[in-house]
Amino acid sequence: MKSTLKFLIAAGAILAVAACSEEPASPEAAAANSGGSTAAAVDQSTLQYFQQTVGDSVFFATNASSISPRARQTLQRQAQWLNANLAVNAQIAGHADERGTREFNLALGARRAESVRSFLVSQGVAAGRLSTISYGKERPAAPCSAETCWSQNRRGVTGLVGAPTS
Amino acid sequence: MITTFLRTLAALMVAALSVNQAVAQSEDGALEITVAGGEFQPISVASPAFFSDGGEAANLAAQIRQVVMNDLVGSGLFRSIEETAFIEQVVDFDVEPTYADWQAINADALFTGHAKIEPDGRVLVKFRLFDPFSEGQVEGLQFFSDPADWRRIGHKIADAVYAKMTGEGGYFDSRIVYVDERGPKGNRQKRLAIMDQDGENLRYLTSGGDLVLTPRFSPKDQEILYISYERGQPQIFLYNLETQQREVLGNFPEMSFAPRFSPDGRQVLLSLAQGGNTDIWVMELATRKMRRLTQSPAIETAASYSPDGQQIVFESDRGGGQQIYVMSALGGSPQRISFGQGRYGTPVWSPRGDMIAFTKSSGGQFQIGVMRTDGSEERILDASFLSEGPTWAPNGRVLSFFRETPGANGRPSLWSVDITGRNLKRLNTANAGSDPAWSPLLP
Repeated sequence: MKSTLKFLIAAGAILAVAACSEEPASPEAAAANSGGSTAAAVDQSTLQYFQQTVGDSVFFATNASSISPRARQTLQRQAQWLNANLAVNAQIAGHADERGTREFNLALGARRAESVRSFLVSQGVAAGRLSTISYGKERPAAPCSAETCWSQNRRGVTGLVGAPTS
Repeated sequence: MITTFLRTLAALMVAALSVNQAVAQSEDGALEITVAGGEFQPISVASPAFFSDGGEAANLAAQIRQVVMNDLVGSGLFRSIEETAFIEQVVDFDVEPTYADWQAINADALFTGHAKIEPDGRVLVKFRLFDPFSEGQVEGLQFFSDPADWRRIGHKIADAVYAKMTGEGGYFDSRIVYVDERGPKGNRQKRLAIMDQDGENLRYLTSGGDLVLTPRFSPKDQEILYISYERGQPQIFLYNLETQQREVLGNFPEMSFAPRFSPDGRQVLLSLAQGGNTDIWVMELATRKMRRLTQSPAIETAASYSPDGQQIVFESDRGGGQQIYVMSALGGSPQRISFGQGRYGTPVWSPRGDMIAFTKSSGGQFQIGVMRTDGSEERILDASFLSEGPTWAPNGRVLSFFRETPGANGRPSLWSVDITGRNLKRLNTANAGSDPAWSPLLP
């Protein structure tokens, strides 16, 4: 019984790390932390590895869809991963923060998703493996009404189709 | 008296359009805008009695009278005279009132009604509208209907009173389709819902399993367009409220959205994303033929026709920020019309043709406003953390829109406001609601 409790606490700690990785700056940090020490023990083909270690999200400035230097690093890792896992396809979801009108944000989300898609293609990922969808402001990742949340919501998320979950 | 009154009303409205607006911050963070200076006097209306031949009809008569009065007073243009002030007790539908008794209490209008159940089960409702100062009847109508539709009879009577007394078309016998919202902000369950403009007769049109957005009413038929994610990409669906038939409009590789009917209901303006870039197209409904109206690397979306079908208004960020442009409905070179401080979107042309309603974001707030079709005489009618998506009542005098409150527990709600800025109020909905679209007057 005690060991189960310990395990739950450990799981809680991992979840907390995962939650942190949604912050704009942290997917790259998470990759740096876990990349060296634990890589040998981790199955790198899983969805979890892609989401948490490669980093599935990139973030945009207000009203912008250009790829920042930091996003470029994440997308380069994504492209490497996709090029190493050819059975897996991806759908890129473009999102916007709540500080825009609904239809404009749909269009902005489409622009961001395309920006991610074309960068991945430029890194050698076959265009036929990538699709896009826009959610506009409909699916925020962080619910608060402040820049700390809005910066997490202006994002492109690369969703895997056909990757093993564990 | 009626003509004098109309002239007075018109003058007051002009006055209201030109006065300065006072803006104050309220407790819930919303800006409250009061139009100062207009000495507006609502029309005083009395409803002495709705008669019946007893039984079920008595109940209907009383309820219909209440609906009429609620509509009129709810419009902000009418005031109900308390029954305790009445001098004359009208006792018979067929007897003319004693006008002097109504002049004495300054009744601008007086209406009576009568309800009767016919042998075939239908209800017959008669209604008379009197002008005490011109000492005569100015309107008389009768309606046959299924007793279950009694609320609509009330709305039609209210529309008749409104039209006679203001000289403008009514809007009470109409409905609003909107998006009912439940659940947490990050995973909202959205359902298409429709209700009478006064919030009654709520009905759900979709189950809530799929994300749906931005319903739009046909100006001609009982049809709506809306966006659904049910097949993956956001797509435009056409829903017939009478047959309940649904169909998807076109099958495009990327997102299709932002639909609006043409004034004749035969064409649909829509936005298509191609390679992530959004432009405006028009689809002929009968043939599904598509024609492209804009071609630029900027976002062009949220297009709306002028009521004569000759022009469209839309939003674009071609100049940097999101702004409003007017263009021939055939295409060509757009003219920017919004030049105020901030970003402008969701333009909707008034059914009267004289104004364009919009959403503006500026200084950390979102505002609902109207401007002339050349962009002049901008007037802000509401402002809050998020006020968005105006839709015109069929008479072009009232707008509905939604507000959303900030924070993790933020929720949207439906509001309406007169184009003078008066009578800002929240509409009754069962749950949180967004994206209202006003129907035309019901047939």
